[in-house]
Amino acid sequence: MLWLTCPNCGSRPVEEFGFGGELPTVPDRITDPHQRDVDYVWMFDNLEGLSTERWFHQAGCRRWHTVQRNTIDDTVAT
Amino acid sequence: MNEFVETLLEMQWHEPKSSYDVVIIGGGGHGLATAYYLATRHGITNVAVIEANYIGSGNSGRNTTIIRANYGIPESVRFYQHSLELYAGLEDETGCWIMHATKGLLWMAHTETGMRAERARALINTACGAETHVVGPQEIKQICPQIDLTGNGRYPVLGASYHVGAATARHDRVVWAYAQGAMQRGVTVLQHTKVTGLLRDGERVVGVQTDRGPISAGIVMSAVGGNVTKIAEHAEVRLPVRTHALQAFVTNAYGLDFPGIISDSELSCYVSQTPRGQMLIGAEFEPQPSYSMQSTFNSLASCAKKITNCLPFLRDLRVLRQWTGICDVSADFSPIMGFTGVDGFVISTGWGTWGFKGIPAGGEQMAELIATGKTPDLIAPFALDRFANDHSMADLGSAGTR
Ligand SMILES: Cc1cc2nc3c(=O)[nH]c(=O)nc-3n(C[C@H](O)[C@H](O)[C@H](O)COP(=O)(O)OP(=O)(O)OC[C@H]3O[C@@H](n4cnc5c(N)ncnc54)[C@H](O)[C@@H]3O)c2cc1C
Ligand SMILES: [Zn+2]
Repeated sequence: MLWLTCPNCGSRPVEEFGFGGELPTVPDRITDPHQRDVDYVWMFDNLEGLSTERWFHQAGCRRWHTVQRNTIDDTVAT
Repeated sequence: MNEFVETLLEMQWHEPKSSYDVVIIGGGGHGLATAYYLATRHGITNVAVIEANYIGSGNSGRNTTIIRANYGIPESVRFYQHSLELYAGLEDETGCWIMHATKGLLWMAHTETGMRAERARALINTACGAETHVVGPQEIKQICPQIDLTGNGRYPVLGASYHVGAATARHDRVVWAYAQGAMQRGVTVLQHTKVTGLLRDGERVVGVQTDRGPISAGIVMSAVGGNVTKIAEHAEVRLPVRTHALQAFVTNAYGLDFPGIISDSELSCYVSQTPRGQMLIGAEFEPQPSYSMQSTFNSLASCAKKITNCLPFLRDLRVLRQWTGICDVSADFSPIMGFTGVDGFVISTGWGTWGFKGIPAGGEQMAELIATGKTPDLIAPFALDRFANDHSMADLGSAGTR
């Protein structure tokens, strides 16, 4: 089972957290401002490997924090 | 030889060539059905389906086989109802026994809010051609005597919507039926061949790079399930898709008949019985994206804990197998089919945890799109450019259950 480390509360089971999505990144090759907005809102890097994500500690301190998680084996790097 | 073997056609493997009119990446249901309909409906047989592993090794061979049309928006209901009808005729059309069985699906509600959702579901589905009624506890008990209407005192069953046409079919046989039908008409299926890149001529996609060499193509279609982001990136196509793991499990055989399909948003589980009598149970996908096919005890335990409230007989059964598939979940829970904005590259994705039922219609419509160069009306609402045009097809009818 996945455990996340909240900077405030320490190591807690994933069930206590809400997944807030990867940090949106828009590729440089997209230059049109509208297309950049569309990409920001809708598109995902969907990385296979290390992904930088926001998590909300719902059943704890109720604060957001940033986590690096490996999507290949669902382990947390930071 | 027995009836299981006799009712399949023979596989006709072909030697690979260096060039095809159409190359389809991914030998799952959607890729193979597209090849089949290209051959049968449009006479296009200079087609290769390239599969990294063996055909049906992806989600098309891992799902809980529920075929239903009771979705949340008219565009989806029409599409899935058409698919459900194609499924019903597939045995006659292909001559392959796919163990298709119409069973009916009860979508249960335990709260007044849940009942409102089921009433709305019944109305919109019936209006769009997918017959669905609201039923009360007594009718539920008649349809499925095993249900504990008190929900163990915790999840009382207030009612359900009953989707009459819901069915199941044996998943790998669906894959084989399409593969055999396509191959008999000259389509090449290459197994154990992985696409590692796309060949480009300027912007245009003109073929695929594989771990066994390049293959050129008039048009390339991606139908690779949870691996779609990487394939699309080779054409610099960005997708509103995340890959999520979904788990399911079966029990040993249950001695009695369990005729229907049970679906439950609040318990986030769905249950049916396989032709071998085993109880087949699936749950929700994990909230965080994952490419891991590792099944977890956690998922099994939480699903079992919930569903046994309403189906107490499951407590006496044992878990036989548990498995995971990685699903291409779209941002609006609807499929993404059609042109990508890059010439020579079309896509069928966003099938998430709900795309087995869409295989016949998805394949048929994508074949028409490839053959005619035009988007058929039925799938026009599901084009990728809907996101840029503020026309996303938010459909929680696909997220609730499979
Ligand atoms: C546990 C579970 C239960 C489900 N239950 C249901 C259900 O009850 N009803 C329903 O309608 N749907 C259900 N689904 C969803 C359904 O299984 C999928 O949406 C559907 O099978 C998708 O078919 P596909 O052909 O798009 O993808 P897949 O069947 O996944 O096929 C994609 C293929 O592409 C291949 N591939 C990937 N990358 C490459 C590459 N680089 N080169 C070559 N080949 C590649 C893969 O090996 C794979 O065989 C469920 C899914 C899961 C995991
Ligand atoms: Zn905390």
